[in-house]
Amino acid sequence: MGAAQAAGPRIRTRLGEALRDTALTALVALGVFLPLVGFETITDINNVLILTTRWPLLFGLVGSIAAVRFFYALVLAPRVERGALRLPQRASATAANILRNWFIPFAVAFAIVYPMLVVLAVGFGGAVRWVDNFGIQILIYVMLGWGLNIVVGLAGLLDLGYVAFYAVGAYSYALLAKTFGLSFWILLPLAGTLASFWGILLGFPVLRLRGDYLAIVTLAFGEIIRLILINWVALTNGYAGIGSIPRPTLFGIPFNASDNGFAAVFGLEFSPLYRVVFLYYVILALALVTCFFNVRLRRLPIGRAWEALREDEIACRSLGINTTNTKLTAFAMGAMFAGFAGSFFAARQGFISPESFTFLESATILSIVVLGGMGSQIGVAIAAVVMIGGTEIMRQLTFLKQIFGPTFDPTQYRMLLFGLAMVTIMRWRPRGLISTRAPSVFLKKRRNISVDLVTEGRG
Amino acid sequence: MTARDGSTVLRVEHLTMRFGGLVAVDDLSFEVRRGTITALIGPNGAGKTTVFNCITGFYRPTEGRIALQRGDPAVWQGLEALTDSGQRGVARPEGALFLLERMPDYLVAQQARVARTFQNIRLFAGMTVLENLLVAQHNPLMLASGYTVLGLLGLPPYAAAERAALEKARHWLERFNLVDRADDPAGELPYGAQRRLEIARAMCTDPVLLCLDEPAAGLNPRESAELNELLLVIRNECALSMLLIEHDMSVVMNISDHVVVLDYGVKIADGAPEAIRNDPKVIGAYLGVGDEEVARVEAEVGL
Repeated sequence: MGAAQAAGPRIRTRLGEALRDTALTALVALGVFLPLVGFETITDINNVLILTTRWPLLFGLVGSIAAVRFFYALVLAPRVERGALRLPQRASATAANILRNWFIPFAVAFAIVYPMLVVLAVGFGGAVRWVDNFGIQILIYVMLGWGLNIVVGLAGLLDLGYVAFYAVGAYSYALLAKTFGLSFWILLPLAGTLASFWGILLGFPVLRLRGDYLAIVTLAFGEIIRLILINWVALTNGYAGIGSIPRPTLFGIPFNASDNGFAAVFGLEFSPLYRVVFLYYVILALALVTCFFNVRLRRLPIGRAWEALREDEIACRSLGINTTNTKLTAFAMGAMFAGFAGSFFAARQGFISPESFTFLESATILSIVVLGGMGSQIGVAIAAVVMIGGTEIMRQLTFLKQIFGPTFDPTQYRMLLFGLAMVTIMRWRPRGLISTRAPSVFLKKRRNISVDLVTEGRG
Repeated sequence: MTARDGSTVLRVEHLTMRFGGLVAVDDLSFEVRRGTITALIGPNGAGKTTVFNCITGFYRPTEGRIALQRGDPAVWQGLEALTDSGQRGVARPEGALFLLERMPDYLVAQQARVARTFQNIRLFAGMTVLENLLVAQHNPLMLASGYTVLGLLGLPPYAAAERAALEKARHWLERFNLVDRADDPAGELPYGAQRRLEIARAMCTDPVLLCLDEPAAGLNPRESAELNELLLVIRNECALSMLLIEHDMSVVMNISDHVVVLDYGVKIADGAPEAIRNDPKVIGAYLGVGDEEVARVEAEVGL
């Protein structure tokens, strides 16, 4: 009797709270989506911008968000408060072990057979798009993520201008290949070396900076490189970019339709797929080399010094570690892999312009590292697959046009979805997908460390 | 190894440190003898940690000379020549002499082999206890890994060096009773164990002089007694010289061979613990004024 009386008002207050919460959410959603979704500008035949409205879409969105929030506030939130839905903390360590033992060999094997699977699935004609847009594109970002992981994840130096080194690598290859006619395989290490030289150049002035200040300077550095590429027209051809960059060859055999091309030499019918698959294996090899370096470096004194630097710089100095050199090697190593990736990018595209090296690229790479879990190889790879693969998949979702009308372009919503993914991850897994750190060495038993104890990219 | 022959290992002369208008340390001179424990004591704000930071290279002193010697004491004779030469130090097979005020902090640790701990413990909390001890052996391991190149290839010299480093880490973990927690993150250790780990980590750098900044702070009496014991054993076995800052007088009086007392950056006493305990100037510095004075004032106000 008494219990029922007490329960009645409690349900009523919960309903009231849920309604208030829902109203607030709907208001925020309306505020956000009104300018983003509610209004649309269209250029008409006379080249005049016309403002149109999309009320049904807007209210549909806001309504569905409100409904989800109402459900959450009424049903899920009380359970979360009681702790019923809390994510199992202990399980993450064993999950990481399972990942290490089973997932990695499987993922590598899948990456190796991926082009064949695609050819089997969609045939010769359709395979180019799948290998190129998905395979190569994702692997470039996996490699960039792993490269940045050295700087941000291991050494804890927050770098917002990583794309600058990617650009240095790409332009080094493009310019040197076009001017001196050197081959891709000679220029690949050279581009990496040049990029790491620029990494050291950036490293010197920012040695004393930490955290937010470091982030701002690296951001500026990325912009400086981009502006130089735009304005030094004599060298870089400015906005127009550099075209007809030589493609990589297989021991001197080019992938074209000529008589000494790959297809002709091996007596095959010419198809652009051969080149794409070749490029796929090149970037796969590069990515695996990056991974190997990452894993190996972590177990070497330099890797441990990077991680120690991320934890406590003063303690490092008291132990005789030259923090200047340690930071510079982290910058140089990270930049080198970006340089490799950059020269591959130039060779694959055949055309580069400053448009490809905007801050958005840096932000994407950094969010891959953050979402994946700083310092985690697997996490970064998964995040790259999800983020870059997700973008590409959105291009393919043509059936959505049947639902939302022919003018609906799903790729326009990709930033919205990125933001959503980011907020979700940061809400539920604030330290990234893989939030444990595997010790580099052990005496009796390897026990993963919860990242709550680890200092993150604040260095 | 160097014997406990009572020769000087560290000589601080006319050390002065000014921060703007504030004189934190004023014309301080003292010596640390080989294989002894010297305590640096004084009321809060007396400049003890500043002296530590000057010795370990974290601060560059405004004036003064800090000389550290290892090996054959005869190298002391080259002190004036070294000072005039403008060099940081001389290292010969029979012995080495360093001018610490000329060296940056990491070189003081790396070349002069002065190790230190911190008042507020500075461990690598997200790394395991064992990893903490391996980071301390960074320089020899770096050399063995051929500055990473040989290590990347996984060549045998590096593997052997790493095994030796692990063995040394295990040795110190056993000495400091931490071996059961070797694979736990340092941040998860209880406070007392973290203090011990910080000293173990410093020991892994093979120091000539170990500077401990309040090693017993926050320890309970039993832990603090155990630490005393351990420090004495290490001093005797390794003929290690130690310089320690401490507020816990039981630690100071029990284990130190020599005590230097600072007050407002000035040395007010220097001697054996017994003499320090009864020095009226020291008592005055700690209690404000001397006993007779207190009695006189009390009589005046009619207490």
